[in-house]
Amino acid sequence: MNPFSSGTRLRDMIRAIRACKTAAEERAVVRKECASIRAAVSDNENDYRHRNLAKLMFIHMLGYPTHFGQMECLKLIAAPGFPEKRIGYLGLMLLLDERQEVLMLVTNSLKQDLNHTNQYIVGLALCALGNISSAEMARDLAPEVERLLQFRDPNVRKKAALCSIRIIKKVPDLAENFVNPVASLLKEKHHGVLLTAIQLCADLCMISEEALEYFRKKCTEGLVKVLKDAVNSPYAPEYDISGISDPFLQIRLLRILRILGHGDADASDLMNDILAQVATKTESNKNAGNAILYECVETIMSIEDSGGLRVLAINILGRFLSNRDNNIRYVALNMLMKAISIDGQAVQRHRATILECVKDSDASIRKRALELVSLLVNESNVKPLTKELIDYLEVSDNDFKGDLTVKICSIVEKLSPEKIWYIDQMLKVLCEAGNYVKDEVWHALIVVITNASNLHGYTVRALYRAIQTSGDQEAVVRVAIWCIGEYGDLLVNNIGMLDLEEPMTVTENDVVDAIEVASKRHASDLTTRSMCLVALLKLSSRFPSCSQRIKDIVTQFKGSHLLELQQRSLEFDSIIEKHQNLRSALVERMPVLDEATYSGRRAGSLPAVASTSQGNPLQLPNGVPKTVDAPLLDLLDLSADEPAPPTSSSANFLQDLLGDDILSSSSQSGRIQTQKSGTDVLLDLLSTGSPPAQNGSFTADILSISEDNNNKTTVNALNGLSSPVVTSAQRSHTSPVMDLLDGFGPNPTLPNNGPTFPPLVAFENSSLSLIFKFSKQPGSPQITQIEASFTNKSSEVYTDFIFQAAVPKFLQLHLEPASSNTLPGNGNGSITQKLRVTNNQHGKKSLVMRIRISYKLNNKDMLEEGQISNFPRDL
Amino acid sequence: MILAMIVINNQGKPRLAKFYNYTPVEQQQHIIRSIYSVLCLQPENVTNFIEGASFLGPDTRLVYKLFATLYFVFVFDSSENELAMFDLIQVYVETLEKCFNNVCELDIVLNYSKMHTILDEMILGGQVVETNSEKVMQAVEEISKLEKVTTATKLISKSASLLWG
Repeated sequence: MNPFSSGTRLRDMIRAIRACKTAAEERAVVRKECASIRAAVSDNENDYRHRNLAKLMFIHMLGYPTHFGQMECLKLIAAPGFPEKRIGYLGLMLLLDERQEVLMLVTNSLKQDLNHTNQYIVGLALCALGNISSAEMARDLAPEVERLLQFRDPNVRKKAALCSIRIIKKVPDLAENFVNPVASLLKEKHHGVLLTAIQLCADLCMISEEALEYFRKKCTEGLVKVLKDAVNSPYAPEYDISGISDPFLQIRLLRILRILGHGDADASDLMNDILAQVATKTESNKNAGNAILYECVETIMSIEDSGGLRVLAINILGRFLSNRDNNIRYVALNMLMKAISIDGQAVQRHRATILECVKDSDASIRKRALELVSLLVNESNVKPLTKELIDYLEVSDNDFKGDLTVKICSIVEKLSPEKIWYIDQMLKVLCEAGNYVKDEVWHALIVVITNASNLHGYTVRALYRAIQTSGDQEAVVRVAIWCIGEYGDLLVNNIGMLDLEEPMTVTENDVVDAIEVASKRHASDLTTRSMCLVALLKLSSRFPSCSQRIKDIVTQFKGSHLLELQQRSLEFDSIIEKHQNLRSALVERMPVLDEATYSGRRAGSLPAVASTSQGNPLQLPNGVPKTVDAPLLDLLDLSADEPAPPTSSSANFLQDLLGDDILSSSSQSGRIQTQKSGTDVLLDLLSTGSPPAQNGSFTADILSISEDNNNKTTVNALNGLSSPVVTSAQRSHTSPVMDLLDGFGPNPTLPNNGPTFPPLVAFENSSLSLIFKFSKQPGSPQITQIEASFTNKSSEVYTDFIFQAAVPKFLQLHLEPASSNTLPGNGNGSITQKLRVTNNQHGKKSLVMRIRISYKLNNKDMLEEGQISNFPRDL
Repeated sequence: MILAMIVINNQGKPRLAKFYNYTPVEQQQHIIRSIYSVLCLQPENVTNFIEGASFLGPDTRLVYKLFATLYFVFVFDSSENELAMFDLIQVYVETLEKCFNNVCELDIVLNYSKMHTILDEMILGGQVVETNSEKVMQAVEEISKLEKVTTATKLISKSASLLWG
């Protein structure tokens, strides 16, 4: 005998494992046990085989690998003794699965055991077969199981019935063989057999239409009678659960009646009486009774209509809603949700009770009830329901406010009878729970406000009052700031008064105060503060008398450690101070935002909206990730004040702000930023480790590009830090840089149609491929337009997809924003991104590029890098 | 259909795990852990039902009940009645009670295979076989009697064979 395998008893092993204090100790114990079991397995030892397997099952439950014990199961099953077989079958069900080849080997043993004289061994075999049978086994052993359906002992019959379910699920063709045996089983009196036969019958009906027809015709009446007996039977203590006789059987009966009655008026007719009886007679003070009622309601809802019953059913649910037991309320809400499509009117009658459930102390019930309420809302009851919900918002738990606001907002948005009501309700929600609403909510509100031109004055006054009282709710502050910026003049002059409004006196200084407070509030985040700055800029033109004060406030942000604020502050300061002539045009009112576009965009590309959520409201329609700004350049560019043709390059803050009236200076700034975003990437790739926003190196980089362009060395990188030098350098070389970027080449005489180039597979691995398509603008041979398209052949979705590229200095690269940052799997859609490469040594050198692709796969960061040097020669 | 029956103690250790659809061991462990992480955060006095979409795929729910240190959990699909499942836990625990007299966690740990025997007498292939705890007990007792008898005869035959062999 193997010295290790005598081993410990099962109990001792369990004790040893329980005594372990750490996971490492436990692993050690398990490893030792596994080693000795393996040794025993390889010695083919008989005496302790079933103890070893029992140990293995315990180890398996703890989550350790136990595959080496699989053959042991088979040996034990083949053994003659009952204890061995029992453990063997137990092991078979736990350690093996239907997919393993090993399982085929057990078919023969199973066949023998199904024919065994000992009914308990037959029971074991049936149980195992019912739990893990594969399709092959089902086919092989179906005749045995069929025969056992008529076995003398009811315990075997009931197991055989359930085993048949597994068989017909695995091999639906076999269903017809079971129809007749089941029909006779349904006539039995034995409780267990009846219960399982009904279950088998239900599954047969599910699988085969013919079986369903057969049972509907032959068995409906019989089953109704069985249910009648069960309901009216004298007290039968053995199947009673808390005083209700045999709830499981009743539930199964109700379920099979539901299947038989669904879509068949005759069958439904047969069961009306008994359903009414169950619904009225069953006691509802116990869980078991309620379980029956619940099942009965479901059956009534799905069989063919007979008006009276449905009302009865919904009233039962109504009663459930006021039950003290959480579970009952929960299932009632679930059921009402289904019932609403069948009989909405009847459900409406319980609206008040359902609303009470929204205020339940149990979160899962609240959530359900809220869903249900949102389904119940229609044009006629939207006002009172919304009022209830908003009133409740005041007292609800903070963690529920998020869900609640989302629902209220969607209700209000969908069903508001008029805009003023919508705006009022949204303001209430924002005042109450402005910190819990999602960004889309207040974005949508702003869109609606811009569209309601007759309500601008009303809205801005209401918002002004709102931030006085609810200044701590971020969302309301943002909307208010935006509206005050746009419509501040309406606020001060009480323009567009509605009849229901009280006039209020607000001076220009009060308005500026309000914004100043918001901008300096500690809780305000970057977005709110940037919005404040924009609003101030707008007000500086609307309130000329406050211009100086506004300038002072704006100037204070020059020292902000947040780059965004600092930059805006500098820009706006210079606009207020130096560009009086264009300021009023610059800060004109925003054009009306298109509701259709906005809602379409919101529905179509949620991720895009999400990516702008940190941005400015004016940037709503853009999915462009914000680039890091370089204040030096922007500033310098504004003072340069050179007219240039408008461009449609990547949208940025200023351009959006200006809307359609793009002004020369700002459009140029836009272009500079565009160029920058290209170089940022370049910088990022070429010098990993140094943050792209570093002013010094950034300037140096721009300069070095312009040096290359002009072969002039005026400034070296170190000097680039001081702005005057930059200015001069930039000025002196502005035009060539601009020209290159604009696509206005210096030598316009070239063939009209540029040569065409074949697409290039720029990158490919097992899952990701990148294809470049090239095109050239006639007249500018240096510039190549590249359309990159990415396809994902794996089955996983890539998120946070970012493509970066770098080129040597004789090239200039401009990356447009990508179409999306999510790449669906299975080649099912692609991301496209346009690149523009300018080759300063066109004709001498061909393109070369290094790329880097980063994305997230199941939240894991992935990175691909590569170099592309096989570009067509003439690019 | 019942998809799984799991017993977890309040430390997160599995005490019984039976899956009625094939589930690899690693996934079983993952499911048990994620169920536990939800259960241990459930406050008192809330429903015993949890949406199970995150554990075993869509359209699944689970019902649990805490007895002393043990969570008894049934995972099932929409064809089962939630309230009935809740009662089924009760039946199972009643049966354990009859079997062990004042059942405690240690009984359950040490009589791991008996737990399975009881469960197999109540649920087969994800369907309820028997809901009467008396009948379940009868079957379980028969089975343990059979085990003892055969073990005894085997021992006798063995000692006999030693004597004469």
